[in-house]
Amino acid sequence: MNDLFNSFMTGPDENGRFGDFGGRFVSETLMPLILALEEQYEHAKTDETFWAEMHDLWTHYVGRPSPLYHAERLTEKLGGAKIYLKRDELNHTGAHKINNVLGQIILARRMGKTRIIAETGAGQHGVATATVCAKFGLKCVVYMGAHDVERQAPNVFRMKLLGAEVIPVTSGRGTLKDAMNDALRDWVTNVDDTFYCIGTVAGPHPYPAMVRDFQSIIGKEAKEQMMAAEGRLPDTLIAAIGGGSNAMGLFFPFLDDKDVNIIGVEAGGKGVNAKMEHCASLTGGRPGVLHGNRTYLLQDDDGQILEGFSISAGLDYPGIGPEHAWLHEIGRAQYVSITDVEALEAFQLCCDMEGIIPALEPSHALAHVIKIAPTLPKDHLIIMNMCGRGDKDIFTVAKALGFEMGDFA
Amino acid sequence: MSKHSFIIDHHGGAAVFLCTQCEPEAQLYVHARHFLDNALAPLQVVMDIRDNSDGRQAIERSLPNDRTDREGMMTRIDDKFATLQAAGKKAFVTYIMAGDTDYDTSLEVMRGLPAAGVDVIELGLPFTDPVADGQTIQLAGQRALDAGQTLKKTLAMAKTFREDDTTTPIVIMGYYNPIYSMGVDKFLTAAVDAGVDGLIIVDLPPEEDAELCLPAKEVGINFIRLATPTTDAKRLPKVIENTSGFIYYVSMNGITGTATAQVNAVAPEVTRIKQATDLPVVIGFGVKTPEAAKTFADLGDGVVVGSAIVERIGRGDAPADVLAFVKTLADAAHS
Repeated sequence: MNDLFNSFMTGPDENGRFGDFGGRFVSETLMPLILALEEQYEHAKTDETFWAEMHDLWTHYVGRPSPLYHAERLTEKLGGAKIYLKRDELNHTGAHKINNVLGQIILARRMGKTRIIAETGAGQHGVATATVCAKFGLKCVVYMGAHDVERQAPNVFRMKLLGAEVIPVTSGRGTLKDAMNDALRDWVTNVDDTFYCIGTVAGPHPYPAMVRDFQSIIGKEAKEQMMAAEGRLPDTLIAAIGGGSNAMGLFFPFLDDKDVNIIGVEAGGKGVNAKMEHCASLTGGRPGVLHGNRTYLLQDDDGQILEGFSISAGLDYPGIGPEHAWLHEIGRAQYVSITDVEALEAFQLCCDMEGIIPALEPSHALAHVIKIAPTLPKDHLIIMNMCGRGDKDIFTVAKALGFEMGDFA
Repeated sequence: MSKHSFIIDHHGGAAVFLCTQCEPEAQLYVHARHFLDNALAPLQVVMDIRDNSDGRQAIERSLPNDRTDREGMMTRIDDKFATLQAAGKKAFVTYIMAGDTDYDTSLEVMRGLPAAGVDVIELGLPFTDPVADGQTIQLAGQRALDAGQTLKKTLAMAKTFREDDTTTPIVIMGYYNPIYSMGVDKFLTAAVDAGVDGLIIVDLPPEEDAELCLPAKEVGINFIRLATPTTDAKRLPKVIENTSGFIYYVSMNGITGTATAQVNAVAPEVTRIKQATDLPVVIGFGVKTPEAAKTFADLGDGVVVGSAIVERIGRGDAPADVLAFVKTLADAAHS
């Protein structure tokens, strides 16, 4: 099996570091809380009853395993590599986010916490958190940037139906970063009863590792499914990255399979250029410290955080999970960027060719598949993580394509 | 850089470094608690001297036997608390945001703070994502950034202040990323040069001491830590371990400038911390009025007021009016 001294799967270290990235950059008030969470998680990791509960919920509540689907017409059209989609958009609530939320909520219950807070960008993590809180009768407060509240209105209403309180955040530009700031301010104020359910592989240790572990079910299933379908491992994995949880979930179980190419796709917005109208932290940023961890960030010369720009609310974040920063630096994974325009084209092609309306986030991953698949041989196996469905995005896409919703009457 | 040999002797409240080779005017007056406390007889040490860019000389902070931190060099902060303690007074600490509402306004306020009775100045370093701060200080940071404030300008502000005031301690308070972005070594060199005495960096807990706390101690800058209501007995020693200058007790779980501090909750906590350390304990968060300033100053060794002052700057009060308000707070805290 894996050689411990030659493995990419042993991180983080006891200080929560992946190489130089990660760590615990939080105020003193929060330190005892994240240490308590770490202790609880370390215990749960090897606790069979914890994983039995997770698997039961994954199976009966989420609908796992999600299928690994051969996208036949897309493969034919592109005329190269054989394309498989990992269908995490078929999960309950419509994205991969719930895989992780279940894990954190079970921990919260074990810790006796009664109030759950979360940040959300596209609203998928907020909906997943609101859903699981409804299921367990927990109070749920979701922080969402005011700009995102506007562009993801259907998800805001879903959260409200599920009994969550949605708090629009007006500081900054009103996107995911600002929502995370206000969630941290809430947590530091309500330390006794509140559990902060972070939606991505970022934040202070142990969040990046814990969220990765909960999302790794994606990669574990995909590996087994690909072995069953093709009798071998895939050649290339492709996933979209905002904070990077769906990507880390797919990538992690394959990190030590050194013949598997790993590609993360960042949001290139209007293009990765000097104007910084993008969210490609690895391609266009540099290391810094924000939201509890050291990672690549979009920032100016003074270390002030830039807002970033993407058509996709779920990718609209100026940072990236620290493990991705590390995989980038050591060269185990490759990171590329895709523009809004390319993502929109991929979105439409997927609807057209496969009868799947993808979320704007995986549309970025798909756009990269469209770029490289034609250049690869027909026996090259690609798995792309279809991490969310696009129902939530139809208004944004309609606007971008110049449709008025009322015009169809 | 040249080697000099010094005789260290007592002189008034400070230690005097008498260079055995230099002219009398080259003597360096250094506040060194260690020597005051322990050096009953004059000591002879050899140290490096370097010229600062402005021609003044400074001691290269490498004292013999590696006594470079709180056992060694006595900082302006140590001095200030020693002086206050000797006079039976509490410290009055204020926070203002550097560059708020613009560079000149905040420099004018800063320069007026000592005369208004301020003992220690916390100079806020603006950051786009101040997660420990309430709206008042968030908006102040935004105003400062909009007006073009940067870490470099904040250090320049400290240096300009230091030209006229050599005794009031300056503590830079903010978040780590602008410092990390500049580079820790470059920042510390500039901070020493600017006459900065301490740092409060909110997102650097003891677990990350290797980042900035330990390098700061090596150059003689105090790293002041926050202790909070969640800092339990088990954790307190870790929080105190590398802290110097003073301990900043955060009166409540929460962010700056929102709720009001509660005496009943704070008093036993301060007692608990004072039992664990000889460092002065200063209380902040949620102190808004002269009455509260007096109450909380009396509970510990001093009190911090931030948002209540920043709010007046933000609404456009003239610096003189801001300073008049500061004086009412200072007078109460000192009474």
